[in-house]
Amino acid sequence: MTQYLLSIQQPDGAPPPPERLGPIMTDVTAMIADAKAAGVWVFNAGLTPPSSATVVRVKDGETLLTDGPYTEGKEHVGGFVIIRAPDLDAAMVWAARLARAITLPIEVRPIAHGPS
Amino acid sequence: MGPADHVIAAAFREHHGRAVAVLVRRFGSIDLAEECVHDAFVQALERWPIDGAPPSPAGWIITTARNRAIDRLRREATREERHSLAAALAAPDDADIDDESAVSDDRLRLMFTCCHPALAPAAQVALTLRLLGGLTTDEIARAFLVPEPTMAQRLVRAKAKIRDAKIPYRVPARDDLPARVRAVCAAVYLIFNEGYTATAGDQLIRHGLCAEALRLGRLLMELVPDDPEVLGLFALMRLIDARRDARTADGELVPLAAQDRARWDRAAIAEGHGLVRRCLAIGQPGPYQIQAAIQAVHADAHTAAATDWRQIVALYDQLLAHAPSPVVALHRAVAVAEVGGPGPALALVDGLALDGLHLFHAIRADLLRRLGRLAEAARAYEAALARTDNAAERAHLARRKADLGT
Repeated sequence: MTQYLLSIQQPDGAPPPPERLGPIMTDVTAMIADAKAAGVWVFNAGLTPPSSATVVRVKDGETLLTDGPYTEGKEHVGGFVIIRAPDLDAAMVWAARLARAITLPIEVRPIAHGPS
Repeated sequence: MGPADHVIAAAFREHHGRAVAVLVRRFGSIDLAEECVHDAFVQALERWPIDGAPPSPAGWIITTARNRAIDRLRREATREERHSLAAALAAPDDADIDDESAVSDDRLRLMFTCCHPALAPAAQVALTLRLLGGLTTDEIARAFLVPEPTMAQRLVRAKAKIRDAKIPYRVPARDDLPARVRAVCAAVYLIFNEGYTATAGDQLIRHGLCAEALRLGRLLMELVPDDPEVLGLFALMRLIDARRDARTADGELVPLAAQDRARWDRAAIAEGHGLVRRCLAIGQPGPYQIQAAIQAVHADAHTAAATDWRQIVALYDQLLAHAPSPVVALHRAVAVAEVGGPGPALALVDGLALDGLHLFHAIRADLLRRLGRLAEAARAYEAALARTDNAAERAHLARRKADLGT
């Protein structure tokens, strides 16, 4: 079994209005519930906007903080799901379900090391 | 090369893919499979000239490579590798080496792995040529005009992705099968096109690419016999390739209308026609089948003047409905020119956003020439010349431009 990080690629800017977001969240919740029932789910989280991010660096033993995300772009990781699957094809089935539910692109990355 | 070397070279082309495929299934590692199959061929170079070629070269190569892999795993075994070793040793002996259907399944699995949609098309093509075709990294690099280290890195990255992301080694589920077969077809056709309509490069290697694409296409047809698009792809390649000998003269491209049709390969055309008829009987048309049908109409005409252009326009209409693209519309316009004259065709061509394509300018130039607009035609030939590095194409375009007498 390999764990896969499914990260949600969200465009910068305001989220959709409640009347659009509501059904999306219902679909995502259903997908997560199904992943749990199938024994595939490991973890999931939604993130606050990138404007709330802080970057930490250590230079010459000194801790430096910078306001904002590490890279500025047109998209950011809005949230993620970690699943376990026997191979990429199996992981893709869940990634496609998540993409359909959340109506955003999903990046699939195998996890190389982690708690097993 | 001695006679034994020829036997080995032929065995290499023919059996490399199946040997790698069998070992990947057995040991689960593409790198290990490749290295041990390579070692087995090196050993064949030493043994066969002395002992004579074995009765089953494929069986000999696979058994030798398998033993080599087991030796290596024994020597280098880390804990993890001991598991694959145990599994390999526990598996029944290689009774399946000569079982053609089991080996075919392995090669099909390997094709699906190499052409997995999670890999970039350029990586799919390189992997397919390397693992199934047995081409060296250097040969693939020269065929695609990239430096050898670039191609080596592309292959290393693709194999690492297969390993890390666990791209599976199996025939896809029934639901996914048509889409995945399409991906394999696309990779094979890319190989063929690179060999046939090359932008530049070494003639010999390019013929090799066409031959390899045909071999892979025939293999795919054997492995997935009930998919009409697979038949269509092979028919398309076979019918285009049938014109190879007539397509260049003294290093210059000879357009279809001017080709010596006596030099077309009649056996290839007969096979292509037979497949197109089979496709028609199945009755599930798709882009490859329609393109093959267009080539079949050309092949039917014993002179250029006898070409049934109305039929070709109708087939292009059908192709546009299945796979709309400006390049298809451009080819349709060429057929329209034969039916309705160059004026209406030029109007169609001028509406297409294909400025980067040399063929777009070459076709415009030809239509303008036929309309007597020679100054514009000369400029269009220049635009075409500026967009291709292929020596045969350039020679042809330069002559057409000179013939305008402007």
